[in-house]
Amino acid sequence: MEKIGKQTIKFTNLPTIVDTASIVGPKEAEGPLAKYFDKCLEDEFWGEKSWEKAESKILKETVYSVIKKSTLPISSIDYCFAGDLLNQCISSSFGLRDSNIPFIGIFGACSTFVEGLGLGSIFIDGNAANNVICAASSHFCSAEKQFRFPLELGNQRPQSSQWTVTGAGAAILSSSGTGPFITHFTPGRIIDMGIKDANNMGAAMAPAALDTLITHLTDTGRKPSYYDAIITGDLGHVGKEILIELAKTKGYNIKSNYNDCGVLIFDKNKQDTHAGGSGCACCGTVFSGYLFNMLQSKKYKKILLIATGALMNSTSTQQGESIPGIAHAVSIEI
Amino acid sequence: MQPIETTKKYQEYVDKKSPNSPILKNCFNAFWVGGLICTIGQIIMQICKARGLDEATSGTIVSIILIALSAFLTSLNIFNKIGKFAGAGSLVPITGFANSIVAPSIEYKSEGYVMGVGSKMFTIAGPVLVFGISSSIIVGIFYLIFNAQGIILS
Amino acid sequence: MSNIDWSTVFEWSTLLKCFIVGGLICVIGQILIDKTKLTSARILVTFVTAGVILGGLGIYKYLVDFAGAGATVPLTGFGYNLAKGAIEGVKTSGFLGAFTGGIKNAAGGIAAAIFFGYIASLIAKPKMKKQ
Repeated sequence: MEKIGKQTIKFTNLPTIVDTASIVGPKEAEGPLAKYFDKCLEDEFWGEKSWEKAESKILKETVYSVIKKSTLPISSIDYCFAGDLLNQCISSSFGLRDSNIPFIGIFGACSTFVEGLGLGSIFIDGNAANNVICAASSHFCSAEKQFRFPLELGNQRPQSSQWTVTGAGAAILSSSGTGPFITHFTPGRIIDMGIKDANNMGAAMAPAALDTLITHLTDTGRKPSYYDAIITGDLGHVGKEILIELAKTKGYNIKSNYNDCGVLIFDKNKQDTHAGGSGCACCGTVFSGYLFNMLQSKKYKKILLIATGALMNSTSTQQGESIPGIAHAVSIEI
Repeated sequence: MQPIETTKKYQEYVDKKSPNSPILKNCFNAFWVGGLICTIGQIIMQICKARGLDEATSGTIVSIILIALSAFLTSLNIFNKIGKFAGAGSLVPITGFANSIVAPSIEYKSEGYVMGVGSKMFTIAGPVLVFGISSSIIVGIFYLIFNAQGIILS
Repeated sequence: MSNIDWSTVFEWSTLLKCFIVGGLICVIGQILIDKTKLTSARILVTFVTAGVILGGLGIYKYLVDFAGAGATVPLTGFGYNLAKGAIEGVKTSGFLGAFTGGIKNAAGGIAAAIFFGYIASLIAKPKMKKQ
């Protein structure tokens, strides 16, 4: 592997995505992508006593499910990169504490899934691993409890607010296989354009997505049309519109092949999710379910997956800080 | 459109791009739901008075009944649906205060009854008591200074 | 209950005044929510404090006389009640009354909310929001 341009890593021994798995909650199961997910839960507790325990179970079962689908023995998994949104990433660590897989906990807010894919690819290309798992989870109820208000509170969600996806996505990367391959990884810079409204994450993260998109295209010398699809993680309806317009001002027309996981996962009109989906699982499940299916069936041959994250917590919001955004991109080709 | 370079311009642009709340519809719903809750309170009040209770006792009974009703609807997961529909219509009456105490009590049950229910109960309603009670003490002291010079400090 | 005169309970002009004033106070709250992006905790604090100040200045009393529960059921009424209690406390027991009067007047509401909150936590389980 080598660094090209300003901040892009180009892989030489291309890591293959062997298989993916996804588990989603009931609300996601009512959405337009339901048929692509491996398992749809009937209730958000999944037999557990708390939202946090439920989220851990979702992550754990997703990881076990991807191992099973890949038919690799569990002992051949060298490392697991996983992360989530709960304080100190307890969903991932508690979910995987009995797995015996060496665990590398990562945090990139909602960009965690792609951060994992990128880091896993570096391990594989650098011969530090043969097989790694990358996983990420989020849960609407645990996220509301931690970041916003108790679920029983009778408040109105603003129109720009997004709905945290309940679920988990996991992918196994391997040094040998027939594709799809991860060809490039562009880790993003932290970009803060001063947005303070925690109910408008799409607007807070769109400038970071723009920065990573342009840097990736400049570093690789590609045009947006090189990709069959450019997909962002969870900008939602508001952030998607903003990114299209911002990209246009910089001379990039992405309107025809660009979409967002948060826009794809819910039906805005039927499901009353306002500005669309968000959370680590938004990008994680849409990639592991829908996009991986599109790559396997060769409907998409080249995609650029840009996961976006808002690097804030409830304390920083209360202290009046603005919301720094980040976006990591991986280029995936068959 | 010109490229946006400053945070100020970006904020202005975002404000323009972000969808607005349907304020007329929200106000209409808040009006009739809020009015209805108050009217239920008034009917309870009139019944109490008709039974010979004084103004202050009747008022307390109204508060307790509305709070109990709100707690009941919150437990049944119905209050948040009313709240989503009515907004301030169910928040501003005493039902909203009750909901803001009951909701975290239920939510933080998983952290135990002392540090979960007992302490998180006031995450939203605590400030109401802090500012309400503190400002009422200030009002009392002001009254003492300006209007009641004849009263001896006890 | 047979000795209640239901025509005074359902006196329409009183109920109409109550409905309109109570509704309008809520509309003020709704405009604050939609226009200022204040969280619900801040809205509640604003209303209680406004009620205490208007109560202390003697203005809110006129609204209570006019609209009854339309003015006392909203949280501004809770604030009014605190202020009224503090003033009455000062009248009866001087300086100490400023501290005891307010809560004494609002005790029923506060105690009920805490008690029912605790009971609810015993019987209810957190549930998913559907919308």
